[in-house]
Amino acid sequence: MPILSKEEAQAILKKALSYSKADECTVTIGGSEGGNIRYARNAVSTAGDISQMSLGVSSAFGKKSGTATINEFDDASLEKVVRRAEELARLAPENPEYMPLLGPQTFLESVTYKNATAAINPDKRADDVAKSLKVAKEGKLEAAGYLENTTGFNAMMNSKGLFGYNRDTDVTFSVTMRNQAGTGSGYVSKSYNDTSKLDTLALTKIAASKANGSAGAKAIEPGKYTVILEPLAASDMLGNMFQGFDARNADEGRSYMSKKGGGTRLGEQLFDDKVTIYSDPLHPDLPFSTFSGDGRPQKKTVWVDKGVVKKLAYTRYWAQQKNAEEQPPANRMVMEGGTKSLEDLIKGTDKGILVTRFWYIRNVDPQTLLLTGLTRDGTFYIENGKIQFPIKNFRFNESPVIMLNNVEELGKPERTGNMIVPPMKIRDFTFTSLSDAI
Amino acid sequence: MKRKDFLQMSAMSLGAIMIPKAFLLGRDIDPLEALNDAMDVSMKKQLADVALNAAKAKGATYADVRIGRYLNQFVATRENKVQGVANTESFGAGVRVLANGCWGFAASDNVTRENIARTAERAVAVAKANAKIQGEAVQLAAQKGFGDVSWKAPIIKSAFEVPVKEKVDLLLAANAIAMGGGANFVNSAIFAVNEQKYFASTDGSYIDQDVHRIYPTFTVTKIDQANGKFDTRRSLSTPVGMGYEYLTPSANEKVGGVVTRYKNRYDMLEDMRAATTDVAQKIKAKTVEPGKYDLVLDPSHLWLTIHESVGHPTELDRVLGYEANYAGTSFLTLDKWQTKKFNFGSKLVNIVADKTQVGSLGAVGWDDEGVKCKEWDIIKDGTLVNYQAIRDQAHIIGEKESHGCCYSQSWADVQFQRMANVSLQPGKEKRSVDDLIKNVEKGIYILGDGSFSIDQQRYNFQFGGQTFYEIRNGKIAGMLRDVAYQANTQEFWNSLTDLADKDDYRLGGAFNDGKGQPSQSNAVSHGSSTARFNGVNVINTARKI
Repeated sequence: MPILSKEEAQAILKKALSYSKADECTVTIGGSEGGNIRYARNAVSTAGDISQMSLGVSSAFGKKSGTATINEFDDASLEKVVRRAEELARLAPENPEYMPLLGPQTFLESVTYKNATAAINPDKRADDVAKSLKVAKEGKLEAAGYLENTTGFNAMMNSKGLFGYNRDTDVTFSVTMRNQAGTGSGYVSKSYNDTSKLDTLALTKIAASKANGSAGAKAIEPGKYTVILEPLAASDMLGNMFQGFDARNADEGRSYMSKKGGGTRLGEQLFDDKVTIYSDPLHPDLPFSTFSGDGRPQKKTVWVDKGVVKKLAYTRYWAQQKNAEEQPPANRMVMEGGTKSLEDLIKGTDKGILVTRFWYIRNVDPQTLLLTGLTRDGTFYIENGKIQFPIKNFRFNESPVIMLNNVEELGKPERTGNMIVPPMKIRDFTFTSLSDAI
Repeated sequence: MKRKDFLQMSAMSLGAIMIPKAFLLGRDIDPLEALNDAMDVSMKKQLADVALNAAKAKGATYADVRIGRYLNQFVATRENKVQGVANTESFGAGVRVLANGCWGFAASDNVTRENIARTAERAVAVAKANAKIQGEAVQLAAQKGFGDVSWKAPIIKSAFEVPVKEKVDLLLAANAIAMGGGANFVNSAIFAVNEQKYFASTDGSYIDQDVHRIYPTFTVTKIDQANGKFDTRRSLSTPVGMGYEYLTPSANEKVGGVVTRYKNRYDMLEDMRAATTDVAQKIKAKTVEPGKYDLVLDPSHLWLTIHESVGHPTELDRVLGYEANYAGTSFLTLDKWQTKKFNFGSKLVNIVADKTQVGSLGAVGWDDEGVKCKEWDIIKDGTLVNYQAIRDQAHIIGEKESHGCCYSQSWADVQFQRMANVSLQPGKEKRSVDDLIKNVEKGIYILGDGSFSIDQQRYNFQFGGQTFYEIRNGKIAGMLRDVAYQANTQEFWNSLTDLADKDDYRLGGAFNDGKGQPSQSNAVSHGSSTARFNGVNVINTARKI
C-alpha cells in the first residue's frame, strides 16, 4: 500500500534510523498512487495505473555524505540500505558546503489532502473523459486530452529528532479541441487538489468554443501591442521568472536578480506597484507541504510587495555565508489581482490582442530573462471593447520582468497549473513574427 | 517527479546543466554491485514466456514483454567542488498486449513468475476496459520472429567500469583551466547511461540488448560586475552512443577552424581552454545589427534545427493528431506526402532517418517492439518522401512493415513512436568550411546550440547558439553577441545553397527529446556537415531591465 499513515511512516523511519552508525543520518519515505487516461482523435489512446513507494537514507561522517534508496521495506532491506549509504559516505569526497542536520521543528498542519481526490478510480476517470468526448462528438470536433490524478505522501526523520509527514492529492485535466478542417484549435488546462472542483464537461465546452471561434484567423502585422493574457498565458510567462528568486545565483552575479556592481536586488522596486506575489502552504486552492525537502518549516511568504522584491530563497549554507535569514524556495506562487473578470478587461480595451496561452517558451537571455515562444490555441483581435476576429499566431520575444513593469490592469486571480494568477492587461508586449501554425 | 519540477530543480541547483529525468527516477546503488547482479538471459526468457502465456490465456491476440535494467551515473562539479555523485538503478518489467483490438499496458518492479503473470493479466484488463470506448481496432503490421538474438553497442570501455575518482579528477582538472583562465564560475558533469533491455513477443522474438550512452558537458560563466553583465559558453561536446572512449582525445577526430570541434572523440581540457577564451571575448563582443544574413551553421548547432524542424514534423503520430494536446501536430500533412512532389527544401536537402548509425544515440539492433532497425529516406533531393512510423501506423502510409523506431524510456513506460536519428546527408562535391565562408559577403557563422523554440506545427522557429562570428566579404571579422535567427521551416530549407562534404560530417544530439503524456525522454542524434542558408532573418536579443 503506497500511501502510509503518519504512524506507519513513523514506525518504518524509526526502524531504519535504528540501524544507523553514522555521525548524522536522515531517512525519508515517499509514495504515490494514481492513474491517467490519454485520448486523441476522439478515442482513448493509452491509460495507466501507477503506484510506487521508496525509502532514502542519507548518512554523513563529518562532511562526507552518501545517499542510497530502496523499494523493499523488510528489516533486512532497511539495514542494507543504511549500510549502503554509509559505505558511499565513507567513499565520498568532503563537501565543504555540508550543513549539520536540523533538530526537531514545528510544522503547521497541512491542507494538501482531499478525500474525494484520493478516491478517484478508473471508472471515475473514464466517466470524466467520456463527458469530454461527448462534447467533441456532438460538436463535430476532434478532441485530444489527458486526465491524471495522484495521491502521495512524504515523511522524513533524522538522527537529531526531526520528524515531518505530509499527504497530498492533485488532479490535472487538459484538452485540445480542433475543428475537422484543421483551421481552428482551442485548449484548456486546469489543476486542483480537490476533484469536486473539476468539471470536464464545462472545460471541454470552453476549448470547443475557442476551436470554433479561432477558425479563419487573419494575419496582422507583428509589433508591440497591448495584450490581455488569460491566466494560463500569464502563468506560462511567470513560470520562468521564479527560478530567479534564488539568492546565491543573484549574489554570484548571474541572474536578473543580480545588482550592477555586486549584491542582489532584494529591497528594490523591480516591478510595477500593482504586482504582489506570495506563497502560502495553507492556501485553500494552492496548498503545499508545510516543510521543505531539507526539513525547514514552510509558512506564508511575501516575495514581492507592491513591486518591491521582499524575499529571495537561501539555502542553509548560503544563508550562513551571507549572514542572512534562511528561506526555503516555494514553487507554488500566488499573484494578487483585482476583481474584474476577463470579459471586463476586454470591455475596457480600445485596441489589443487576447492570448489564450503560450507555447514552447525558452530563455533567450538569462541576463534580462528575455523569453521567446508563440501564442497557441486561440488568439483574437480586440477593438472598441470587443473581440473582433481571430488572428494568426505570433512569436514573441519578451521578458516577464519587463512585462510586469507594463501592467495596465489585473483581473480576478485563478489557479492555473501550480500557480494562481490574474488575467493581465499589459502594454507594449513584443511580437516579432507570424506563424502559420494552428 | 514531474518533468517541469525536475527541470526547475536542475536549473536551480546546477545552473545551465540539465540532468536527464531518468537520473532521478532510479534507486541509488553501488555501480560495481550493479554489474554483478544482472539477471541471466535464460531466466529472463523463462519469465518472459510466463508473461506472454498469461496474456494469451486471458485473451490477448498479441503481447510483448520488456524486462529492463537501467543504470545511470551522474557526476557533477562546480569550480573546485564535487556537487554530487549519484548512481541509480531501475529494474522491472512492462507488458503490452492487444485484446479486443485495443492496446493495454501494465508494469511492475516485482519481477517474479507469479507477479509477471499478474502484470500481464492487468494489461489485458486495461485493454478490455478501454476497448469499450475505442474507435477503430488497432492494425498491427506483421513482424516475423527472430528467435534468440542479441545486440551490444560496439563500445571500447563501459563508463560504469571507470572509477568515479577518474571522472571527478577529469572534471576538476577541466574546471581548474577555466578558473585559472579568468572565468568566474564553471559547472561540469558526466552523465552515463546503460540500458540492459530484454524483449520478447508472441511473434517468437527473444532479443537481448545492451545500450550505452555518455554525455560530458560544462558551462563556463564570465561576469562583468561593473557593467552588471554575465555570459556563458557551453561545451562543444555532444551526447553519444559510446563508452568512456569518447573522452580519450584523438587528433584524427578533431576539426580545426575558428575553434576546434570534435567527431567521435572529445578533448574536454582543450575545449575548456577554448571556452574560457571564447566567453571572455563573447561578453565584450559587438552586439548584432538585426537584418538578413547568410548563415553558415556548424553541425554542433545545426543538429538542433534538424531535430525541431525535420525530425518532429515527420513523426507520423504527430501528423495523425496523437500529440495534439501536448507536443502538437505537423504541417507535413498526409495530402502533402501523397502528392510525392511536396517541396520541403532545396535539391541539396537529403535527409535520412536511421536507427543503426554507429556511435549515435538512436542505434540499436531491434526497436522496442521487435522490429529490426534500418535506414530510410525522409527527404530526397528536397522532396518529402516518407515519415517515421511504427507497427500500428505502417498501414496508414501503405507500408507492409514498421520503420523500427518504437521506444520506451524504461520498463515502466509504454513504448510508442519516437524519433530515429534524422540526419542531413553531406554534400557530394568536395567542399570545406573555408570554401563555404569565402563566398559569403554578409553572414554569421554559428557554433553550438543555444535557445530554441518552434510552433506546434513546426512552421516558425527561432534559434540561438553558443558563439557567433561575423563574416564580411568572405572572411571572419570577429565575434558577435545577442544573435538569434527566425525562419519558416520550408523557406529555411529551401535557402540551403551550399554544403560541406563528408569530411566535415559530425553528430550532435540530445538525451532529453520529450513527447507523450506522461512525458517520456528519448535520446537521439542528428548528423550533418556545415551548411549555408541564404538571407535568414536575424534579430537582436539584448534588452534592458
